[in-house]
Order: sequence, then C-alpha cells, then structure tokens
Amino acid sequence: MAGAFPDPNVAVEDKGNVQPFTLRLRRYNPESGDAPYWEEHTVELEPHRSVLEGILQAKAEFDGSIGIRCSCRAAICGSCGVRINGQPGLACHTHLQDAQRSARDGTIEVEPMGNMPVIKDLIVDMDAVHWSKIQRVTPWLINKEPIPEREYVVDRESMVDVTQSMACIQCGACVSDCLSMEIDPLFIGPAALAKAYRFVGDPRDAQQYERLNDLSQDPHGIYDCTHCFKCIDACPKGVAPMSQIMRLRRRAGSDQHITDRNNGVRHEKAFSSLVRQHGILHEAELLPRSYGGDSWFAKFHPAAGLELLDSLPVITRALARRKVTPKGALGPHSIPKDAVKSVQRIFDEIEERDKRLELNLYITGYDEDSGEQHGQTAPEEGQPGIEPEESPAR
Amino acid sequence: MKVAYWPGCVSRGFTPELHGSMDKVAPLLDIELVELDRASCCGAGVIAEHNQELADTLNARTFALAQQVDGAELMMNICSTCQGAQTECQERLDANAEYRTHVNGTLADEGLSYEKGLTNKNFLWLLVEEIGLDELRSRVRRPLTNLKVGPFYGCYIVRPLDRLGISADLPRDTYLAQVIEALGGTVIEYAGSHKCCGFPIITMNKEASLKQAGRHLGDAIDADADCLVTPCPLCHLNLDLQQPLAARTVGRQLGMPVLHLPQLVGLALGLEPKELGMSRHVVKPTTVIDWTTSVVAEAAA
Repeated sequence: MAGAFPDPNVAVEDKGNVQPFTLRLRRYNPESGDAPYWEEHTVELEPHRSVLEGILQAKAEFDGSIGIRCSCRAAICGSCGVRINGQPGLACHTHLQDAQRSARDGTIEVEPMGNMPVIKDLIVDMDAVHWSKIQRVTPWLINKEPIPEREYVVDRESMVDVTQSMACIQCGACVSDCLSMEIDPLFIGPAALAKAYRFVGDPRDAQQYERLNDLSQDPHGIYDCTHCFKCIDACPKGVAPMSQIMRLRRRAGSDQHITDRNNGVRHEKAFSSLVRQHGILHEAELLPRSYGGDSWFAKFHPAAGLELLDSLPVITRALARRKVTPKGALGPHSIPKDAVKSVQRIFDEIEERDKRLELNLYITGYDEDSGEQHGQTAPEEGQPGIEPEESPAR
Repeated sequence: MKVAYWPGCVSRGFTPELHGSMDKVAPLLDIELVELDRASCCGAGVIAEHNQELADTLNARTFALAQQVDGAELMMNICSTCQGAQTECQERLDANAEYRTHVNGTLADEGLSYEKGLTNKNFLWLLVEEIGLDELRSRVRRPLTNLKVGPFYGCYIVRPLDRLGISADLPRDTYLAQVIEALGGTVIEYAGSHKCCGFPIITMNKEASLKQAGRHLGDAIDADADCLVTPCPLCHLNLDLQQPLAARTVGRQLGMPVLHLPQLVGLALGLEPKELGMSRHVVKPTTVIDWTTSVVAEAAA
C-alpha cells in the first residue's frame, strides 16, 4: 500500500544512459477535504525502465506521501493499474520512453483508474467496484454431481476455449475504461463477465444454464455492453473481455435458447433474420421486432406499441423532415433477388451445421506469413498463455 | 481513383442523405464509385454474436465481390461500423489459410472466392491516406472558416488499435481532426469524441444508450462546438435522430447539429446544403448553414 516502498532497487545501474523524465501525477487525498491537483516530478532513469520505477523514485526522493499500489513489478500481480496519458495500463509494464512518446507535451501524465473511487492519489478502491462485481458472478466452479473419485476428464478443446479468460490478472484496467459502466455503474462490467465465461465455458460446471439465465435477465448484464472495444485495448493480458461477453451471448441465445427480458436475444434474432430475408438490414422493421419478437406482427405487440409511443417525438420529426418517408419505413430496401438467394443459401448452410465454427486468434494465432501484416507477434500454435501480452487480443 | 464502394445498410435506409452526399462529393474528388449492389449487410457485430462463421462468410462474399470489380484500387465504405465489423472478419480470414479455404468453400456455389489481402478503407481513411490532405485543401472552394466542429469517430473505426492498424505512424484516430482543419474549420476537443454513442444498446437499455448520446452532445455544447461530424451513420442515428429523446433523458436542451463526413467535405468543396441532404436531419443544421445564402455561418464571404 501507499508509503511502503522506500526502494533501493530503483537505483540506477547504468549511469551512462540515464535520462530525465518528468511525471505529472494526479494527487488526491479525500480525507483532507482538498480538491485533486497535479504535481510534477522529474526523475532520472534509463528509458527502458518502467513508469512504476519512475513513480517509486519520485516517492523515494521527493515525496514519500505519493500513494501507489504495487507488488510484483513484473506485470503479473495486477496491482499497479493506472491511467498513463489517459490510457489504462500497468505502470510496471509501460516503459518510460514509450510513455514519453505518447505524452501530449512530453510530460508523462499518471492518473488513478476510472470508474472506481479514489482512496488516495493513484490508489483506487477495487473492493467497492471491481471485486464486488467479480463476487456477483459466482466466481468459482460449481461441481457436477457426483464428483468423480479421481480427476475430471475434460476434452482439451473446451479447456483451451476458456484459457483466454483465465489470463486475467484482475488489474481492473478494463473496468477503468468501460464506457457502459461510465454511464451505468450497475453494469456487471468486462472483468466480471470475462470471469463468468471462464465457468460458463468449463464443461465441469453444473450450472451453466443458471449462470447464463442470470446474466441475460439482469438489466445490467451481458446485454448492457455496447461493443465499444475499450476493454480489448485496455487489457494488458489479451483477455479481450468484450469477446468473452459475445461468447456468453452466443451461448445464452443459440445454445441455451434463453429469451431475456432486455430484448437482447430478440434483437439479435430479428437482425439476423431480416438480413437473411432482404440481404441488407430493414431498420424500420428491426425496432418493433426487437421488442415484440421476430415476426411481421411484432409491431402490434404491446411492448412494441409502448416503444412506438415513447418514440413518437422522434418519429414525427423524422417524418416532418423527410428523413424517413412512409414508403421507406414500410417497404424494405433490398438487394437483387438472386443475390438475396445466395445470402439465404449461406445462412442455411452454416446454420444447419451440427457444431458452430469459431476461430479464436488468441488460441490459433496467425499463419506465419500473415503475422507481419498485422504487426503482431504470432503466439506459438497450441501454446496459449505464452507471453499473452504479445498475442492477439480477441 | 476507382473504388469498389460499399455504402452499407443504414446509409440507404434511415440516413439516405449519407449515401446521397457521398455520391455528390465523389466526382469532386475524382473518386469513381462502383457500388457493390449485390453485397449483404456486414452484420454490425450482431450477426457475429449470433454465429461468427456466418458473419465471416457474408463479409468474405462482399470482399470477393469487391475483388471482382475491374480496375478498382480498393474497397471503400462510408460507415465506421462496417469498417470495424468487416475488419474483424477480414482479420480472421487473412490470419488462417485453412479457415479461409473453408469459408471460400461455402462461397464456391456462387463462383466467388476471397483472396487474402483486400484493402478496405472508410472514406475518412481514403481522404487522408489516398487523396491526401494537401490535395483536399487545394480543392476547397468554401473554407469552413470559424466553424467550430467537434469530431465524433464512432468506436468501430478507432478500436481495437492493433486490428485497425492505428499507431504513432498511422494515427487514424486523429484523422477527423486533420480533415476538419484541412477544410478550414476549427477542431473542438471535447470529452466524447472517441466514446460510444450508445446506439448498440438502444433496444436493450434505452436510458443508458440515450444518456451516452446526450452526455457527448452536452460536452460538445459546453466546449462551444457549432456542430459535430461523424463517419458513422449508426452514431448519427443516436446523435441526430434520437436527439430529442436524448435531451429528455439528460434533462437539458441540446440542439446540436450532426453532419455526416461527406456532407462536411461537400460543403467545403462548394456544394449546396440542400443537395447534400442537410435539410433532412432531425436537428436542423442552422448553426452550420446560413440558409439564405447557403454560405457557411460566419465564414468570410
């Protein structure tokens, strides 16, 4: 915790390559009653040293009261999550030279993570938000009965499938940047939902349906994610929480056939079937079907009627401004008939497969010749977990 | 330059003024649009959520159609969401030859096959990377002088960074600002420029969705923007079409005009607001347009 590291290890070894780096730290002590403020310190370190080492040097040399939480300093304990130049990440996993390069004015800005209350300076209250949400998803395996006398035998494929979510180190970077949570603090959020997939995807778990039903029906559950990709960029370990949320939706809707009360599955089904029907989306039809179910008659469903009524101010203005014409709203736009047939054949062929095919690049990696194109280091095939921070985050 | 042009669904549905304005702007930039009128919806991430292979195959079909366009240098879209959803599918298709062969197997009946390595760029990327800002600047007939424009990117075109190829050398997440400047406008920085408009959850959590739109619009107003510009028609739906409801949700008056990217470019290239479909927005772009002379507000004559 804060103040625990008067650290001899940050002393510089190679004096020849030492450079000055200025850190602008966000300071705040809620107990003081004063407003947060910025404070600058210039430290001297080699450029490949971490931002955390810079903060610890500032703390050791200039101000012992700087609050920063850290432990392993090797990007594995997840303690030193902060925002560096506005981006979430681990202070121990960000080189000073890289941070300086991404700084607006050459000064490295370090703030506490977002979406969580600040305890002091760079330390946020993980219990209040992150850990309570993790608790919310029952983060342990519920054994199938009877428990075998010896070990469970599980097929390799299904365990590899949950490997990505198991790479999470609970640093809270994704929670910090979640745009849904920023608006709706009750959203279960990326870290906890990725954790939920770890058990939903585990064949040994006895309550996959119950878990999925719970997370689908919760108005702040899996259907509260807006696909903003913030958590994918935030995660230092390539967990791609948003991709795990999409896997939860796939399992809830397509495997367990759960119809949630948040219109989540209805929306997805209506979207797919309208594209199947017309080749492109018919938006005017999508809205009533998302509320009333996937049929032409959905617009007469009470839920769709209520929604229509609520949206009247928008509908009348859109009509008045000729943004939407009655013809455009009622008649679908479409692609040529033979092209629609081709699209329908693709739908039928793929949806009739016995098993859904899903390619997870985190696990399969890239073909050797395509690695460069994406600027990615392809992980060794079949070896998930090897330097996951270097592997693609999907 | 000749491009295989994918307009998307919404630009031909609820935001027809987007497709219309792109049509008007293209010749002024010497872009020849060959419309992919047989291609299907990109799935907007929703079909992928339903079935990933299905989304990948539908988009591989679109890519294959684009590759059949004779003499086209690349494929161009005018929708951030198409850009993001299609890039995600393309990443999987390009990464794994076995998977690509499998997907092409499904397309074979139609005589189509996707060959790895298609270039697919949003109009925004094409403006900066292919046409170039200097060239764009030289074609400006009516500079957007004194017009304060807030960029609104839409998530799918700025994240994830590595998938979209965004880096210090290729700062695609700053292109809107660069284009606004090149057109002579003033860039307004505000909190919401790279955030989510909320549209994807409009049917699931309407209040949270509209709160997102309302908050960003409010932030732009507080930062003194005259209007916003977006390369995403879905963002446009939540920011413009739904703006009266967003205002009700956040409890403040908004009235912030939101322009499609080709509209803003078209204005600066000298086109009339009406032919760019600007009269069709729910929020009248009165701060942008002097309707009597069709000259950009406050701009030097």
